[in-house]
Amino acid sequence: MRKLLVYLKDYKKETVLAPLFKMLEATFELFVPLVMADIIDIGIARGDRHYIYMRCLLLVALGVIGLTCSLTAQYFAAKAAVGFAAGMKSGLYRHIQSLSFTELDTLGASTMITRMTSDANQVQNGVNMVLRLFLRSPFIVFGAMVMAFTIDVKAALIFVVTIPLLSLVVFGVMAVSIPLYRKVQAGLDRVLGITRENLTGARVIRAFHKEGSEITRFDESNDHLTAMQNYVGRISALMNPVTYVIINLATVVLIYVGALQVDVGNLTQGNVVALVNYMSQILVELIKLANLIITVTKAAACANRIQSVFDMQPSMDKGGAGNAAGQTAGNAGRASERADGEADCAGSKSEFSTDTVDCVDAVDEAVRFSHVSMHYHNAGEAALEEIDFAAKRGQTIGIIGGTGSGKSSVVNMIPRFYDASAGSVSVDGRDVRDYSVRELRQKIGVVLQKAVLFQGTIRDNLKWGKEDASDDELWEALTLSQAAEFVREKDGQLDAKIEQGGKNLSGGQKQRLTIARALVKKPEILILDDSASALDYATDAKLRSAIKGMDGNTTVFIVSQRTASIMHADLILVLDDGRLAGIGTHEQLLAECGVYREIYESQFKKETAADAS
Amino acid sequence: MAKQTHAGQAAIMKRVLHYIKRSWLVLFLSILFAAVTVVLTLYVPILTGNAIDHIVDKGLVDFDGLLRILIMIVICVLVTALAQWLMNVCNNRITYQVVRDIRSEAIRKIEVLPLGYIDGHSYGDVVSRVIADVDQFSDGLLMGFTQLFTGVLTIVGTLLFMLSINWKIALVVVCITPVSLFVASFIAKKTYTMFRIQSETRGEQTALIDEMIGNQKVVQAFCHEDESMERFDEINERLKKCSLRAIFFSSITNPSTRFVNSLVYTAVGLTGALAVVKDPLGFSVGRLSSFLSYANQYTKPFNEISGVITELQNAIACAGRIFELIDEESQVPEPQDAVMLEEPDGTVELEHVSFSYVPQKKLIEDFNLRVKKGQRVAIVGPTGCGKTTIINLLMRFYDVNSGKILVSGTDIREITRGSLRTSYGMVLQETWLKTGTIRENIAMGKPEASDEEIISAAKLSHAHGFIRRLPEGYDTVITEDGGNLSQGQKQLLCIARVMLCLPPMLILDEATSSIDTRTEIKIQNAFATMMQGRTSFIVAHRLSTIREADVILVMRDGSIIEQGNHEELLRQGGFYAELYNSQFAAS
Repeated sequence: MRKLLVYLKDYKKETVLAPLFKMLEATFELFVPLVMADIIDIGIARGDRHYIYMRCLLLVALGVIGLTCSLTAQYFAAKAAVGFAAGMKSGLYRHIQSLSFTELDTLGASTMITRMTSDANQVQNGVNMVLRLFLRSPFIVFGAMVMAFTIDVKAALIFVVTIPLLSLVVFGVMAVSIPLYRKVQAGLDRVLGITRENLTGARVIRAFHKEGSEITRFDESNDHLTAMQNYVGRISALMNPVTYVIINLATVVLIYVGALQVDVGNLTQGNVVALVNYMSQILVELIKLANLIITVTKAAACANRIQSVFDMQPSMDKGGAGNAAGQTAGNAGRASERADGEADCAGSKSEFSTDTVDCVDAVDEAVRFSHVSMHYHNAGEAALEEIDFAAKRGQTIGIIGGTGSGKSSVVNMIPRFYDASAGSVSVDGRDVRDYSVRELRQKIGVVLQKAVLFQGTIRDNLKWGKEDASDDELWEALTLSQAAEFVREKDGQLDAKIEQGGKNLSGGQKQRLTIARALVKKPEILILDDSASALDYATDAKLRSAIKGMDGNTTVFIVSQRTASIMHADLILVLDDGRLAGIGTHEQLLAECGVYREIYESQFKKETAADAS
Repeated sequence: MAKQTHAGQAAIMKRVLHYIKRSWLVLFLSILFAAVTVVLTLYVPILTGNAIDHIVDKGLVDFDGLLRILIMIVICVLVTALAQWLMNVCNNRITYQVVRDIRSEAIRKIEVLPLGYIDGHSYGDVVSRVIADVDQFSDGLLMGFTQLFTGVLTIVGTLLFMLSINWKIALVVVCITPVSLFVASFIAKKTYTMFRIQSETRGEQTALIDEMIGNQKVVQAFCHEDESMERFDEINERLKKCSLRAIFFSSITNPSTRFVNSLVYTAVGLTGALAVVKDPLGFSVGRLSSFLSYANQYTKPFNEISGVITELQNAIACAGRIFELIDEESQVPEPQDAVMLEEPDGTVELEHVSFSYVPQKKLIEDFNLRVKKGQRVAIVGPTGCGKTTIINLLMRFYDVNSGKILVSGTDIREITRGSLRTSYGMVLQETWLKTGTIRENIAMGKPEASDEEIISAAKLSHAHGFIRRLPEGYDTVITEDGGNLSQGQKQLLCIARVMLCLPPMLILDEATSSIDTRTEIKIQNAFATMMQGRTSFIVAHRLSTIREADVILVMRDGSIIEQGNHEELLRQGGFYAELYNSQFAAS
């Protein structure tokens, strides 16, 4: 939390001045009872009307000065708090941009969004309140005590006893109830969870006729929550009555002691009134302080959550220093263990993978994986092991395999979304870690599994690929991605609005637009990560032949579950459980790779396969 | 318009009162305690003033009288504190009871809402009604109870006490206090627009954050970080400006009202002191001290009440949103004599069925289909062609517009929903799991199932392997919507769930779309055994499944355009033939 304070740096003046003016205001407030005491002891006692008028004017003057100080303080506090929050949010946003996929996976989008919105607001509130009240309230409490001492030491001793006692009650009740409130929150979360589940799972719940038991489950949580709320309520409701009792008992004692002192002649009647006034000022401030502490605890918790995002360091050096190599060690042993497991595909594999990187070849090679293994953060097993292949420029590479076999992991390593834990990936003969991330990703057009579009026009979205693309370029990309037809039918065509998350488009339309977005870039390497899944077979086929017909030397990676989508590729990688189970052309694999044959035959029955070829 | 909303508010208030009525005794007690609290709180300053009057000057202290008064004060204070605590406890009770009742009514409503409502509304919206709105409502209600009532009582009480002591000074107080209210409402009005601008800008920023951070991977893949930061900073800068104004101007309220209060205080001091000078017997210093403390107390409830009223209005608005949900039309109730479907024979007939989600767009018209026991029906067509519509109708998630669906020869509208739906085993495209252990999820349709049954169902659906590898095995808790499992694993669990019950009819919706091919082959074998003798409807993507179906329904744009078996359809040379051939289109 402390580290966040750097964002207050630009507001040093405000941060200091705000509490200072607050204290000034408080000081003037502390004089009020004294002036009133004078009115009683001097003005009334002597019957001096002029004196009374003058003192009242003084009271008004004190009020005006107090108001001025207070307004100044409020302004500085607001300025510092808002500026702090804006700076922090901007910093956080920047920080999130710098994180790599590994951290993004760990954090999760919804967490980052709440950090940036509601948590940041809470912190802003907290800073504002702290600047305004944190000095003021204790100052008044102790100031009142000091003033009491100036009036009468014996009477002031009552304050010395009362203040700690009050603090004990106020903070004791808070210490007990704050953790309980957290439990209430947890109970509320549970009720929320069940409600949500009953909406998202409405079909399944009704299909299994579970409405009744869901209601029972909800009622249990709901009753538990209610009981909890009542319990906490009973405890926190103690605060006001108990402080009220203490303050008034203290006042009673104060009056009695005061009476004794007045009787002896040590104090005047006005002094006693002033002391009673100070006592009630303390009560008001202590309650404010308690509220403040609740706000501050909340804000501190939020600040810590924000801090934890800041603490997350990007695991990837995006500058592209020459930090490659030297990581392959210790991998060779494991590689040999696995060799026999892949025996059935070994024939086709050896043809394409050579362990020595030939310099002349390297120029021709768009992408090369050399003995690549990859672990996801916190995952026990490796997602990829010993992946070794090379893709020549202009080739189409098909990647097939079951869910979790590592298809996406392979293509995600090319634009360096994730780093290899062993081995190396190179693009155009250069290790991807030697590129700056920007330079590397400029070369690559990626279409991710989840079709994401942004609010704005179709044009805005397509221009993500290339800032200065002309309309012709955009239409060209749309035509290639088989999206031109439906875009033409839209009102405004390229200027047609896309709602947030692309809600006004079908799944297939979204996919085709995301493909177009990547094509606008005219990438050297195009990655289609299962990005035609929402397209019907006919459109999928047209798309593939259009991409194949593209001019230039684009290397294309197609990840798919469908054999039909990749069977015509120049090179097919068959993945099984994170390992290469086969590599080669359709015919080679059909002949040599058991896994591939199995997949193929499950999708095309034998006789139709004969028809097709 | 304004009048209308006013009437709406009154209606909502009436309903809220209806909920409160259930705890009328507690409410009565609460009012009683509130009255006691207020009266005594107001009485204490008078006692204190009297006490001060017993301390006049050196040697002029009446200790006997003083002690009597002090004891009175102590008793009053103790009683007040107790009454105040009890009042709070009562208020909590009432509020939380109302909230509990409303929430439990809401969930009961959710269970009987037509699927059309759930499909057509965002989950977030409904959840926020049940959770956030109800919470806000309870806050407002609680605040209303504790502060509105005592606030009004305090004002009235103070006024009476002041008038009874000295009506002239009371008049001074009554005249000046409205100034503080005026100042507060003036500031509130001025700041309202600033707050609106602030919340609009904040909304804009949240939308951007939601979009960009939510899709951070795409942003990074396109190296779009700088542009996105630029847009963020632009909004952030604007937000900073309007936040500063909104926060500063709203924070003027407190110092300003405090200033007005200090004016009231001074005025009381002045008039009071002059009164004492004029007639020391009629108006004592002690009285002045009570007056001063009243002057402090009198203005506070005014400020609180104005706060409470905004809060209450907000609460009523929230209550309105919840009631809207509760008042939503339920699904068609089951007829009194609805039959339980017992051991259905597996025949399903659709006779002249017409259906559409919206009247303007006709989907299925005059559709007929007879499925004999044990037959397989494949539903095919491009994505988004409305294949799930058929499932919605079979399961009676939606009702047909005309015509009828018969299961075992009985119209499904005459069958209880529960028994109809449990006769189908359903594996949907979107895999849904509930929070709970793996075991609970598999046993969803058969809670009394033994461990052996559960494990064997898991084995049959090839889920046993991965479950065993989970840290807690079958007792592993699945977080909401199966967040900690892969899509394929979730699907396996959904299959296991059906495998355990084995109902006489099956509905499989692209059930194998995200399971790897090798597991899928095994599952298909298991499915084959499962489908043996069972009527099944399959939303199919794979040609092998389609070819083996007894009836194929070809769908396009929501309607069924062709119907027949594989050979027949190919011979027809229609859409199906085109679809089938495109699978083999060379690229």
